[in-house]
Amino acid sequence: MHMADALVAPAVAGTMYVCSAAAAAYSIKKVRLETDTKKVPLMGVMGAFVFATQMINFTIPGTGSSGHLCGGMLLSALLGPYAGFLTMIGVLLIQCLLFADGGLLALGCNIWNMAFYGCFIGALLIWKPMMKKGMSRAKIIVASILGCVLTLQLGAFSVTLETMASGVTELPFTTFVATMQPIHLAIGFVEGLITAAVLVFVYEARPELLFGASQAERKEGRFSFKKTLAILAVAAALIGGLLSLVASSFPDGLEWSIERITGSTELEAAGGVYQAAGSVQEFTSLLPDYAFKGSESALGTTFSGIVGCLVVVALCVGACYLFKFFRKKKAA
Amino acid sequence: MSKIGNAIHEIHQMDTLAARDQWVNQIHPLVKFVLTVGYIMTVVSFPKYDVIGLAGMVVYPVALFLLSDLSFWDSVKRLRLVLPLVCFVGILNPFFDRNVILIGGIRMSAGILSMITLILKGVFSVLASYLLIATTSIEKLCYAFRLLHIPKAMVTQFMLTYRYITVLLGEVNRITQAYSLRAPNQKGVHFKVWGSLAGQLLLRSMDRAEDVYESMLLRGYQGDYGYMRERIAMRWQDVVYLAVWAGLFALFRLCPVMLVIGGLFI
Repeated sequence: MHMADALVAPAVAGTMYVCSAAAAAYSIKKVRLETDTKKVPLMGVMGAFVFATQMINFTIPGTGSSGHLCGGMLLSALLGPYAGFLTMIGVLLIQCLLFADGGLLALGCNIWNMAFYGCFIGALLIWKPMMKKGMSRAKIIVASILGCVLTLQLGAFSVTLETMASGVTELPFTTFVATMQPIHLAIGFVEGLITAAVLVFVYEARPELLFGASQAERKEGRFSFKKTLAILAVAAALIGGLLSLVASSFPDGLEWSIERITGSTELEAAGGVYQAAGSVQEFTSLLPDYAFKGSESALGTTFSGIVGCLVVVALCVGACYLFKFFRKKKAA
Repeated sequence: MSKIGNAIHEIHQMDTLAARDQWVNQIHPLVKFVLTVGYIMTVVSFPKYDVIGLAGMVVYPVALFLLSDLSFWDSVKRLRLVLPLVCFVGILNPFFDRNVILIGGIRMSAGILSMITLILKGVFSVLASYLLIATTSIEKLCYAFRLLHIPKAMVTQFMLTYRYITVLLGEVNRITQAYSLRAPNQKGVHFKVWGSLAGQLLLRSMDRAEDVYESMLLRGYQGDYGYMRERIAMRWQDVVYLAVWAGLFALFRLCPVMLVIGGLFI
């Protein structure tokens, strides 16, 4: 689900960076890392653990394929939502920089899609309320599966929204959603099972390590289970309602594109048919200025562009070699 | 389980590349980081049918590959994760975007153009990230993050994660190797040992974190971590390097430079 830079427009990437940065700032404040110095090394090692264990292939019985751990849910069940979120940011940054898994510009989107939902929604709305009155194997399994499924569904939906808002694909919204959501439903279920297996092992071996274990005897917290269920129901209704609204509004790519133009945001107005027509106009009106000398043909303009690219690249290569030559000479 | 071995190898390779004494490696890390982000932003901001304008942006990776003596082919394998997703999103553009654009007298599908720009954007942005990390060590990058006022706890955690990845990858490699030797006909880990296999490693990792913390305390750690021994000063070369590239990015994005230069020759 890691998004590449090519899939996001700068405005979308910037917006998601702001959202993720706000969540990170809030997490730092909550987790008090500046005073609790012990937590930082723990987060570092746990981040490395998640990264490393995501390389293990867990065989899915009855199929030929394998699944992986859900990092966000696992970290928030061990470190809590805030420290888990910050740890996930580190993991995503390393995946992006060292393994090109997700882009640097799309990092804000990836943090939101994977870390935010996994840690905040999964831990605060599912794990914490469920474990408040005590832990059990069954509760851990249900919370892990529910958490992974919900967070992956939200993440996949966000990927669709961010890609569509960036205007990089002509895929109709409904087709995109219909492709993304079912795949991630299956992935979420499998990841939930694997995460549950690990957390149940920890629960049986050293339950005190799990987030919320010491809070089991505490009095009722801010959210009751009923309240959480109500919040989840409202969230589901909202998402479902919005989804159906958008889906019915955009039955096909063309209508969706037209609707997007009349939308209120700049980004939405930048894509679709309007942009297609605009680009055609721009393309045909701009290029004749750079056609073959004395010619107005489109063939000439295309060649101009290609030759221009080649010349610039050749100049660049030549300049680099010259630079290196003079540096060597200077060093000698 | 050669995947894990490859990952360890890749990390070591990046460390080695970043530690080389190349001119580009000596550029201030903040300058390189800012330029990389700026380059990616410029690349993705190109209109979806502007293939020629976007193609001009190849100049930056070409120049950096040459200046830093890096192998282009080593970076190609990094595209394996990005290209499938980009292709999935872009491959249907020719079917859904049936507008026609005349190119060289040939009627060309606008969808094909948008697909090409999408793939180019994906490739360029991956190459730019590779060039950053292959010429800048993680310590220097962390130093740049601190200059950007990213909280030190986050930066320290990022660096510790990076440092411990190789240790834990090695451990995962040994565990999975031992498992596969005992279960030779299995593709992955059987579901009956899902919990215990990763769980054992998890418990050991948490104990290791405790040991790490105690070791850090013994060495005087009080929440502050020195990423670099000395402050890296911004030299005039760094400023010129930043200004030249930033100017070129702006020029390539705002003016049809390729067409103008091509027009001079045709």
